Amino acid sequence: MSDLLQQTRGLLLQPAGIGEREIEQIFGQLLVTHVDYADLYFQYSRHESWSLEEGRVKSGSHSIEQGVGVRACAGEKTGFAYSDEIVLPALSQAAAAARAIAQGGETHDRVRVPGGTTTPGVQQPAFYAPTDPLASLDDAAKVRLLERVERAARAADPRVKQVMASLAAVHEAVLIARADGLLVGDIRPLVRLNVHVIVEANGRRESAAAGGGGRHDYQYFLADGRGEDYAREAVRQALVNLEADEAPAGSMTVVLGPGWPGILLHEAIGHGLEGDFNRKGTSAFSGRIGERVAAAGITVVDDGTLPNRRGSLSVDDEGTHTQCTVLIEDGILRGYMQDNLNARLMGVPSTGNGRRESYAHMPYPRMTNTYMLAGKHDPAEIIGSVKRGLYAVNFGGGQVDITSGKFVFSASEAYLIENGKVTRPVKGATLIGNGPDVLTRVSMVGNDLKFDPGVGTCGKEGQSVPVGVGQPTLRIEELTVGGTQG
Amino acid sequence: MSSPASVSKPSLTIAETRARFETVAADVLAEAKRLGASQAEVNVNISQGLSVTVRLGEVETLEHTRDKGLGVTVYFGQRSGAASTTDFSSAAVRDTVRAACSIAKYTAEDDCAGLADADRLAHDPPDLGLYHPWGLSAEAAITMARECEAAAMSFDGGESSSGRITNSEGGSVTTHEGYDLYANSHGFIGAVPVTRHSLSTSVIAQAGSGMQRDYWYDVARDARMLDSARAIGEQAARRTLRRLGARKLSTRHCPVVFEAPVASSLISHFVGAVRGTNLYREASFLLGALGQQVFAPQVRIHEEPHLIGALGSAAFDSEGVATSARELVHDGVLQGYVLDSYSARKLKLATTGNAGGVHNLVVDPGPDDLVGLLRTMSTGLLVTELIGFGVNLVTGDYSRGAAGFWVEGGQIQYPVEEITIAGNLRDMFRGVTQIGTDIDTRGNIRCGSILLERMTVAGS
Repeated sequence: MSDLLQQTRGLLLQPAGIGEREIEQIFGQLLVTHVDYADLYFQYSRHESWSLEEGRVKSGSHSIEQGVGVRACAGEKTGFAYSDEIVLPALSQAAAAARAIAQGGETHDRVRVPGGTTTPGVQQPAFYAPTDPLASLDDAAKVRLLERVERAARAADPRVKQVMASLAAVHEAVLIARADGLLVGDIRPLVRLNVHVIVEANGRRESAAAGGGGRHDYQYFLADGRGEDYAREAVRQALVNLEADEAPAGSMTVVLGPGWPGILLHEAIGHGLEGDFNRKGTSAFSGRIGERVAAAGITVVDDGTLPNRRGSLSVDDEGTHTQCTVLIEDGILRGYMQDNLNARLMGVPSTGNGRRESYAHMPYPRMTNTYMLAGKHDPAEIIGSVKRGLYAVNFGGGQVDITSGKFVFSASEAYLIENGKVTRPVKGATLIGNGPDVLTRVSMVGNDLKFDPGVGTCGKEGQSVPVGVGQPTLRIEELTVGGTQG
Repeated sequence: MSSPASVSKPSLTIAETRARFETVAADVLAEAKRLGASQAEVNVNISQGLSVTVRLGEVETLEHTRDKGLGVTVYFGQRSGAASTTDFSSAAVRDTVRAACSIAKYTAEDDCAGLADADRLAHDPPDLGLYHPWGLSAEAAITMARECEAAAMSFDGGESSSGRITNSEGGSVTTHEGYDLYANSHGFIGAVPVTRHSLSTSVIAQAGSGMQRDYWYDVARDARMLDSARAIGEQAARRTLRRLGARKLSTRHCPVVFEAPVASSLISHFVGAVRGTNLYREASFLLGALGQQVFAPQVRIHEEPHLIGALGSAAFDSEGVATSARELVHDGVLQGYVLDSYSARKLKLATTGNAGGVHNLVVDPGPDDLVGLLRTMSTGLLVTELIGFGVNLVTGDYSRGAAGFWVEGGQIQYPVEEITIAGNLRDMFRGVTQIGTDIDTRGNIRCGSILLERMTVAGS
C-alpha cells in the first residue's frame, strides 16, 4: 500500500472504524439497478489565515472541516449527499439518499466505468510533498513574516499609505473510494501570501496587489526574500497607476505580457473546453474538434502535473491521475477536459480534470494549470512591431459566457505602445473578445513562457478551486479595450 | 446529508435545535472564560436542503445538503483570535476555543477590538417572519423543475422571433432551511430560523450558427410567493430569444439604462464605497463624503431591515446590534455610512448595525417604468447583462463587459454584445437621471432600472 493511502486511511477511516469491508458494504447499498458509477470522497482539511493592517497582525483564524461526499450516477443522472460526520451510520444514510436518483428511473444501457489508470496500491507520482504547511513555521514566525513584508512595502516608497498583507495555508487529506475498486489517497498542501497597498500623492490615491504561493509549505515565502518581493511588486504597480492616464476605448492591437495575463486562455478557451458544456452542446466550442480555433503555431495545454503549482494535483478528486492534456495543437482544437461522468457519456477517457471544492460539492470538469507553449519571438521584437496599441501586463479577474463565447478580463497595469515603444501608463480597463476566434488573431508568440505566481482561483457552479495559468508575450490584432477615451 | 427518505423535512424541530445550540454556545463562552478570555462571541449555524436539476426533461442531479458550523472569536483585552469547526462534539468544541485563544497570543493589541457595546444589542428582537418551510418532496421538486424548463423549451416567440429555443442547461428547484444562533459574553443570545426557496431555468436559443443563453429565476422565503414555473420558464425563453442576432456597436459616448436585475450592482458598488472597512483603510472614492452630494438630487436610498418576510431582513446584525430603518441618501446627499462596531470605532463614529452587510436597501423609484426610461433616454444603450470585475472602489473607475440592446426613438432596435461600458462611479452616481418603477425584489438591494446620463461604450 502506498504511503499516502496508508496515511490518509489512518487519518480519515481508522478513527471511525471504517475498513474495506465497510466500504464494500456501502457500495453494495449504492449499486442498485441502473447505477453505473459511484464514489465516496473522504476529506479532512485545516485552514488558517493571518492578516496584517496598520502595521500589526490584528487577526488570525483557524478552521477544521471534515466529511464525506457520496455520489451515485445512473446515465446522465447524479444523486449526491454528504455528511460532516465520518461514521458508518451517516455514510449509510448518505448512500441511501444518493442512490434515490436511480430508483424508479428509466432503464438504460449499462456503461462500463473507464476507471482511469489508477489501481489500488500502486505508487502514484507526487507533484508536491505531503506536508502540513500550518506546522512548517511557528505562529510567532508567521507574524514576523507579515511584519517584514509590511516593512518592505513601507520602505519601498514614502507615498505608501496603507499596507494590508495576509498569509494563509491549507492542509488537506483526501481519500477516494470508487465502486470499481479503486482506493487512492492524497495529501495536498497549499500556501498563499498576498499584499495589497494604497499609495497617495497630490490627493490622488491608487492601489495594487501582488502575491503568490503554491503547493508548498511556508518556507517558500522565506526563500530568497520572496515575501518582501511581493511587497515591492505591489508598490511598483500602485506607483505606476498613480501616473496613469485614462485608458483608450475601442478596438486595437493588444500585446499581453507573459505569466498571469494567461487568464486570457482560462476565460477565452479553457471554460469552453470543459467536457460538461461540450457533452450538452452548450459551449461555443461544441462539436468543433479538428477545426482551426487559433493561429498556426499556437499550442495550449492543461497540465495538472507541474511540480508544486497551485493548480496541480497528483490525482484528481475522482482518483484519476492528472496529465498534460493538449487542448489546441498548432492552432487546431484537439480535445476537451473531462471528468468521469462526462468522459463516460462521451465515450472517451477521463483526462484527470474531475475537481470539487470539498466533500460537500459535486465534481465537475475543471481546469488545473492552463498555458500556451512558447513561440519564437523576442518580447522586445513584439512590442517593437506595434505602431499603436495597448501593452497589458497585469490583470484582475475575468469571466466568460461559454454559450456566446464572449469573455472579459480586466487589466490592472497597462501602457500605451506608440511607434514600437512603450510610452505612458494608462488606467486599468476591461478587455472583451470572442473565445472561438480571439486566438486566430494572435500574430506573434513570444519565447518567454512564464507561469503566474500562484494566485488564481476559479469559480464554477458556485465552487472555488485553485488553478494556474501561463503564457508567453502575445500580440493580438483587434481586441476591444474598454477605456473611456473614445 | 438528509434523511434516507427523499423528502426534505427538518430533522430537528426549531425548539430542539435552539436548546441544543444554546447549550453549545454556553459551553463555548464558558470555555473561553475558563481559558482567560475577557470577552468572547460565538456563532452556531445549521442549514439543510434539497436541490434538483432537470435537463431536457430528465432528472440530472438530486442533491441533499446539510451543513453546520461553529465559529468563535475570543478577546484577551485588545488581542483577538478566531477559530471554527464543523464538528460539534465537546472535544472538538474545546479544541476550537483553544485554537482561537492560541491565535490571540500572537495577534497585536488593537484598541478598537472587542464586542459590540452592550447598550446597542437587540433586546427583544421582533419576529420578521423569515421561516416558512416548504416540505417539498424530491418528486414534487422534480415535477416543478421539469415544468419550468418545459415552459421555456416550448415557448413560441411568435413571428417576431428569429430563432428558437434548442437546448437547455436545465430547470432547478432548491429549498433550504437554516438556523443561526449568535451569543456573546455580554449575555446576548439571539437566534433566527430562516428559509429560502428558488426556482430557475437557463436555456439556449439558436439562429444560424449563433447561440445565446439566458435565464430567469425567482427566490423567496415563502414558497407561496414564488412566481409560477410557467411564468419563470417563459420569461427565460423571452430573454434568451431576444438576444439572438446580437451585433457589436462602434465606440461611442451615450446614455445608458441599466435594467433592474443589473441596476442593483451599481448600488452595491455604492455600498462598498461607504462600508467602514474601506473608509478606515482609505480604500474608497467616497472618503469623507458624509453630507456631500454623491448622487443626483432625486435619489433617495434607505435601509428597511424589518420588512416582514423579505430576503434581506434582520432584527439584529451579525454582532447582535439592533437594526433599524434609516436613510443613507436623501436628495442625493450621503446621510450615513455602513458600519460595524470595529470600523465605527476606527472612524470615531457609532455602529450602524451593519456587521455582515446591509439589510434591504430600498432605492425609491421615480414616476416611470422601464418603457418610460427608454422613452426619456431616446437614443442609447439598454444594458441587460454585465460580466467581469472591472470596478475599482479606490478610484471609482468602472469598466465592465456588457450585453443588451441599442435603443433609438425610445424603442429597442437590435441586441448588442461584445462591448464594454466605462466611466467613473463618482460621475455615474451624479448622472442618475431616473429610476424605474420596475423594482427587483429578489435580493438585498431593491431597485428599479436606472438611467445614467452618459458612459463610454467601447466596441468595434
